[in-house]
Parts: sequence; C-alpha cells; structure tokens
Amino acid sequence: MENIQYDLITALPEIIILSMAMCILILDLFLKDKTRFLIYGLTQFTLLVAAYITVSTHTAAVGYGFSGMFVDDALSDVLKLLMYLATSLILIYTRSYIQLRGMFRGEFYALMLFALLGMMIMASGQSMLTIYMGLELLSLCVYSLVALDRDNAKATEAAMKYFVLGALASGMLLYGMSMIYGATGSLNLTQISNGLVDGSLIQSTGSHPVLILGLVFIVSGLAFKLGAVPFQMWVPDVYEGSPTAITLFIGSVTKLSAFAIVIRLLAQGLQPLALDWQGMLLIMAVLSMVVGNITAIAQTNLKRMLAYSTISHVGFLLFGLMSASLNGYASAMFYIVAYVLMSLASFGMILLLSRQGFEADKLDDFKGLNQRSPWHAFLLLIIMFSMAGVPPTLGFYAKFAVLQAALQAGFIWYAVFAVLMAVIGAFYYLRIVKLMYFDEPIDNAPIKPAIDMNIVLSINAIALLILGLMPQSLMTLCAYAITHSLQ
Amino acid sequence: MLSHILSLSIWVPIFAGILVLVFGSDTTPNLTRWLALIGSLFAFLVTIPLYTHFNFADGDFQFQEGLRWIPAFNINYHLGVDGIAVPLILLTSFTTLIVVIAAWEVIESRIAQYMAAFLIMSGLMIGVFSALDGILYYVFWEAMLIPMFLVIGIWGGANRVYATIKFFLYTLLGSLLMLVAFIYLYYKSGGSFELTDFYALPLEIKPQLLIFMAFFMAFAVKIPMWPVHTWLPDAHVEAPTGGSVVLAAVMLKLGGYSFLRFAMPIAPDAAHTLAPMMITLSLIAIVYIALVALVQQDMKKLIAYSSISHMGFVTLGFFIFNSLGLEGAMVQMISHGFISAAMFLSVGVLYDRMHSRRIADYGGVANTMPTFAAFVVLFAMANSGLPGTSGFVGEFMVILGALQANFWFAFLAATTLIFGAAYTLWMVKRVFYGEVANNHVAALKDLNKREFLILGVLALFVLGFGLYPAPITAMTHNTAIHFQNQLHSKLPNVITALVNVGSN
Repeated sequence: MENIQYDLITALPEIIILSMAMCILILDLFLKDKTRFLIYGLTQFTLLVAAYITVSTHTAAVGYGFSGMFVDDALSDVLKLLMYLATSLILIYTRSYIQLRGMFRGEFYALMLFALLGMMIMASGQSMLTIYMGLELLSLCVYSLVALDRDNAKATEAAMKYFVLGALASGMLLYGMSMIYGATGSLNLTQISNGLVDGSLIQSTGSHPVLILGLVFIVSGLAFKLGAVPFQMWVPDVYEGSPTAITLFIGSVTKLSAFAIVIRLLAQGLQPLALDWQGMLLIMAVLSMVVGNITAIAQTNLKRMLAYSTISHVGFLLFGLMSASLNGYASAMFYIVAYVLMSLASFGMILLLSRQGFEADKLDDFKGLNQRSPWHAFLLLIIMFSMAGVPPTLGFYAKFAVLQAALQAGFIWYAVFAVLMAVIGAFYYLRIVKLMYFDEPIDNAPIKPAIDMNIVLSINAIALLILGLMPQSLMTLCAYAITHSLQ
Repeated sequence: MLSHILSLSIWVPIFAGILVLVFGSDTTPNLTRWLALIGSLFAFLVTIPLYTHFNFADGDFQFQEGLRWIPAFNINYHLGVDGIAVPLILLTSFTTLIVVIAAWEVIESRIAQYMAAFLIMSGLMIGVFSALDGILYYVFWEAMLIPMFLVIGIWGGANRVYATIKFFLYTLLGSLLMLVAFIYLYYKSGGSFELTDFYALPLEIKPQLLIFMAFFMAFAVKIPMWPVHTWLPDAHVEAPTGGSVVLAAVMLKLGGYSFLRFAMPIAPDAAHTLAPMMITLSLIAIVYIALVALVQQDMKKLIAYSSISHMGFVTLGFFIFNSLGLEGAMVQMISHGFISAAMFLSVGVLYDRMHSRRIADYGGVANTMPTFAAFVVLFAMANSGLPGTSGFVGEFMVILGALQANFWFAFLAATTLIFGAAYTLWMVKRVFYGEVANNHVAALKDLNKREFLILGVLALFVLGFGLYPAPITAMTHNTAIHFQNQLHSKLPNVITALVNVGSN
C-alpha cells in the first residue's frame, strides 16, 4: 500500500496533467464559441498547478516509482518546470493566431496537454519502455496538431511527411532498444549501466556487435528526433508546412524532451559505451553545423531558415554532449534551454506580425520593421544576435559553455571548426537585422498585437539580454540538475 | 566615488544612450540632441578623474574594481587601467562628445537611435580598455560590434550593407578564435580568466604560437594590418562622419591596445619568434598602403588608407621590442586618434555642403572657405608628421626605436614622412587651392560656430601635444617600462633556470 502511495506521489504532476486534459476534452463539449475562453484559462491554470506540485515535491534525492521504471530527480523536475513555462508561453503566443484561423477549439488544448504529458514521461523515463511510451504519446499528439488545420493542404502534407518519417525513426529507436535488451537482459537504464560497467550482464568479454548495433539504431533514432544531419530531411518541410503556432511548439519545447531522452539513454544508460557513441555524435555534430548553416543562407522563408538554423544549433548541442562529461552535459543542457528561449521568441515574433490571411513568414515581410515599430525591431535584433551568439546575449554563453566543454575534453581543432561555422551562421541572422534596419518597408499595415502577448514576448526577448548579462543562475540550475541526477 | 570611477565611465554613457532611446524621437529632435549632449558631456566629465588622480609613478593597474560575476566559470567583473588605457579612455569619451556635436544638424532621420548608438558604443569601448578579465573583455569587445554594425548600415552611403556585413563578419571571425584561445588558457591556468593569471602562466612554445595566432586574427583585423585591412576603406567610405571618426579615432586603437594587453604578455616567446613577420607586415602597411593612398580618388578612402599606414607604425613600435618604440607606438595611437578624427570631421564638413567625397569635384575651396582651409592645412601637416604637431612625436620615437633595432626598418619607416606628406598635401592642394572649380564650390559657406568649435578644440590638442607631449608621455613612460618587464620568456625551462639562478 505504501508503495502505491509513493508511486503516485512521484508521478503526481503527470496525473494532474492527464486528468485535466481529459476534463478539458469533456468540458469542451458543453461550451459555445463565446465561452471557449474558459478552456484557455483552465489549461494555463493546470500548468500553474503542475508547476506548484513539481516544486513542492522536489527533493535533491533521486526517487524511483513504478518498480524503477519512473524516476523523479533534479533533472526531470527542472526539465518539467521548463516545459510548463515553455508551454504556457506557447499558449499565450498562439491564442490570437489560432482564433483567427479557426483552430481555437478544445482539441488544440487537450492535444497540447497530452503532448506535454508525453514529454514529462520522457523526462522521467528510467526504463527504455517508459521512454518509448512517452515518445509515442508526444509524437502522435504532434502529428495531429500539425494536421489540425484540416483544409490547409500544406499542413496536411507536412503532417503526412512527419508521420511517415517519425514512425520510421521510432521504429529504429525501438529496434535499437530491443537489441540492447537482447544483449543485456534489462530494460532499466541504471541496471544496464551498472551491468555494463561490472560486466555482469555480458556473458563474454571483448566486443559485442549486438550491443554496438543496438547503439547505432538508438543514436539514429535520437538524431532523427533532434533533427541532426543526416536525419534532418523532415525538419525544413515540417517547420514550413505546419501552422506557425505548431511550428512554435515543435521548434521549442519538444527539443527539451529530445534532450531529456538523449541524456537518459546515452548519458545514463549507455555511458559505459561513451567511446562508441562519441564518434557518432562528433560526425553528426560536424555535418549538422555545415549543412544547417550553409543551407540556411539560401532560404527566403523565415520558418525554413529557422529550421536550418535549428539543425545547426543541434550540431552545437551534440558538440556539448560529445565530451561525455558532467560538464559537457550541463553545458548542453544550458545550450538547449537557451535555444528554447530564443526559439520561442523568434517564432513568437512571426506570430505577432501575422494577422488574418497573412503569415509574415517571408524574409521580405520583415523589411523596414524598425520604421514600422522600433520596439519590435529591437526585440528581434536581440533575438537574432542571441541566435548568432554575440554577447551580451544568452546565445553567447550557450556557445561559450559548449566550447569550453569541448576544449576541456581536448577537442581543440573541432572547437575551431565550430566557431568558423558560427561565423557563417552569423551571416543569415545579420541579414534579418539588415532587412529590419537598413531596408524600406514594403508593407505598412499597423502592428496591433494582443496586449498579453506583446508584454510576454517582450519579457521573453529582453530575458535573452538580461540572462546574457547575468547567466549565473541559469548555469547553476543546469549544473544542479545534471550533477544531482547523474552519478 | 573614486573607487567606482571605471564603472561609472562605462555605465554612464550606456545609460545615457538608453535614456536617449527612450525619451528621444524624430518628432522632438532638439530634446534628443540636448539629451545626448548632456549625456556625453557628463560621460566625459566622469572620466576626467582618471587623469587627475592617476599615480604616474606606478606602471601597474590602478583604479581596480572587482566583483564576482559568473562564479560557475570563475568569471569576474574585474576592471583596472594603466598608463596606456587611461589616455585611450579619455580619447574615447572626448571623441563621443565631438561626434554628438558634429551630428547636430547633419543627422535628421532617426536621431535618437544615432545618438544612442554612439553613447552605448562609447561605454562599451571604455569597457574594453578597462577589463582585466578575459571574458569580460570579450563581452565588451563583441558587444561593441552591434551598434557599429547598425551605424554603418543605417546612416552609411550607397554600398553600406556590403561594407557593414563585411566589417561584422571579419571581426567576428577573429574574435571567436580569440575566444577559443581564452578558453584554452582558462584550462591551462587551472580555471581562471584573470589576466594576471594568464601573464604568469608558463607555456610551451607551440601553444604560445597558436594562442598568438588566434589573438593575431582578432586584433590584426581590428587594427587593421595588411592584408586583412580591406574592410576598413569600405566601412569608412560608407560610414557617416561620426562613424568614421569613432572608427578611426578609437576602434582601430582597440586592436593595438589589445596586442599590448593580451597577445604579447601572454605569449611573449611567440611574439619574439613571430616578430619578423609582424615587422614585415607593419612595414608593408607603412610603405605599400601609403602608395595606395596616393592614388585614391575619394577623400575618405585616402584618409582611411592613411590610417592603416599610420597604424603600421604602432605595430612596428610594438615588435621592435625596445622601450622607445613601445612608448612611441603608445603616443602614436593617441595622437592618431586626434588627427584622424580631425581629418574625417573636415571631410564631413565638405560632404555636408557638397554631398561628394570625390577629390575631382572640388578645387579652390580655400577661396570660399578660408578659415576652414587654415584648419585643414594644419591637420594635413599633422597627418604627414610635421614637427610641432602631435603626429611627429610618436612617429619620430618609433623611427628612433627602429634605428636601434635595424637600420633598414628605420629607413623604410621613415619613407612615410615623404609619402605621407605627398598624399595628404597633394589632396589638400587639389581640393583647396587653384581656381574655383565649379559653381557649387563658389557657393560654399565657411565654417559655422559649431564646426569652428569642434575643429578648434582638436587643433588645440594636435598643436598642444606636438609642442608639449609631456602629459601623454608622463602616463605612458612607466607603463612602457612595466610592460617591457612582462615580455620575458615564459618557456618553462627558462623559468626554472631563472629560479635556480635566483636561489643561488
């Protein structure tokens, strides 16, 4: 009996999100268009409650639930809090956009909450099965969210593409997991790790082709979810095709969950095989930086450009993970958190400028923004310089953290290569600044964002500057999460 | 108050810039201008105690302040200045004041953004001159690019976008390599970004060479040294007058200053090993770029090339490794700040009236603008290094220093006294003397009070430091000696040998 109670407390935030998602789904049936605002409020309230519970049940110690399949540690708590925050921002940014496009329905919010639930389970997954379950819950919700705007042919195409390729990747991941299970006889990540270290799970010494093959499949599956080269094909099409509200979701908060399972699987479960996966990550990091940065230059659609920019950022993220040390993981976590904040702000800016029948996703739509609205141009200026990694913005410390981790691990020449790629990357961010500040506007429609969105987006963008001046708190948080969860 | 004088010097202009951005706008241009003027005047006054309270006998860092900033990486907000940083800081705050006055009626669109960009940039540049922590320095160094990028891009001429992106990317490339070097040093020094820890670090020759090359990439682009100078003429030609003034008077000095502060003391053996290369590049800049300046059709381009040639003296002075050359290079940096500012402002005076920078569009300006012509002739003389002007002091010291090192260095460097006079005076002749070239020139009005004030003050400095350079040399002298002591070899075996000698 005590065990069950303990299990339930470990997973209390998940239980709240699940029950509220169902309530919202049912409540929606009884609401008319005029009162649908209630659902929006209820969803935000749910996030607040979940955040409160996550904070109040937090301890520095690691707690296991459901026979060790589920873990409640610092890493999962910090990631969950960031997920609530990001989801809440997404809801604020997307409200008027989806209202104007007929997607302001209960399904949108229920699917968001279910997707969030999937991500939380991924963050807390301690067994390969739990992780897979969370991943599938997230993926299925996102596929439907992309296709939510039924009559939009482009979105439907993107959803199909995402679904087919996503299913393939999930298959690869599952196949890899089954091989690891076959080789070690366990699904539990801690047991796998311990077993690999003391050799108790492996019958014979020497090389283990099955183990390595399984690792290759797992890394490929993870790379697909992250969008690293050579598994990046879906990223630009899905980013461009999805309604911007959903692109915002895919481009920001899901990266946190992808990071979570990379840490759980590679850093926690397969850390003893680090020498094997380091090389794979290195190749993908280098390719991602090259392909992402160079292809982004040729784009004319901002969403597509940001998609390639994501690919290059993933390259940097992998670069941090590659050093396979606590410092490297903490740096990578700092990088992904910084990236999520930047990505939220940049897609938020596209949403802010779009209006009925106008998407504001072409680069030329940003021409002369400084003359139309100096404040919003200034915000986007901060976002772009942060993406490019120019101090005093948060993006600089993200790059700094990853570079120092790589140098600590002795990858000096790869670090030099990475900064060369960062210079190429700076070009296309500068081009946005150029369009906003140096060109004349071609579109003079007034910019009238919703007041709540305007305030929150401003805070979001200014936070990139403030956290850039004082990055200590965020760095400490990431280091705390990593060191208290990985031994 | 005095203990926070450096912080005030950095943050007063930045906050003034933010205030101008918030309260200023194109609908209230005069309020914006006065706000910017008061802000820059205040920012200038704040820096004065750095001179009046400076301890001239001490060659080490003064006015130090320290705060823990990012403990996770042991990054500190550590400021301090010595005898080379103080004159450059004063130059920076003074130049900003000049730029604000010079822009008074000239800039009509987006005044608030223009003024704010220069005020913020001023604070950031003072930050570069006073940071004693690697990352703090890097943050100021890079952040400064953002306002400059906007200034050239928004208010520049026809080819401004090309110029500003080239400027930004060139500089970013060098800076990021420098960042890698800093992080490398951080791990070598056991987890510190403190400059003094970097100085004390014994390093093998190979890492020293790599570190020096990384710094070289960052600083050579900024100075700029031949062959990475090509962004400068483009940026200058397209920059508004204020942009050119700040670029030439202060931003180029950042590169020279950083060689002194970082590259040479951290990697002294590499600096000695690579000195032949550095001297060669400096001499190419001095001689070849002077020849390039001779054939320019555009006045701003000519002065831009002249700046590169003069900065060649600075790097030459550093890498001949004697105190005369070193001190001469320091004086040259400060003197060139005044002279190049004056030259670009003079071109600005003409450009505001005629909207042309082509030499061929002018002729006989002295007939219609006699007062202005008198000023320009003075500045031209200073630019060509005439004794009695500040341009002479630094160049002469560097040439004397070079003579100690090698006769041919001094010989080649001295040719600039001929070439410099040739390109500057030939330009003055074509623009100011001869027949009045066309009706536009005939209609020119002489200097107004504002322009007279700016050029007059600069002329006082140029003549004053030429006749009595003691206020500058008093500051730089002990710093140069102190600096020389830092350039001893750091190779581990040499250090142990020295320790053994000492213990015996």
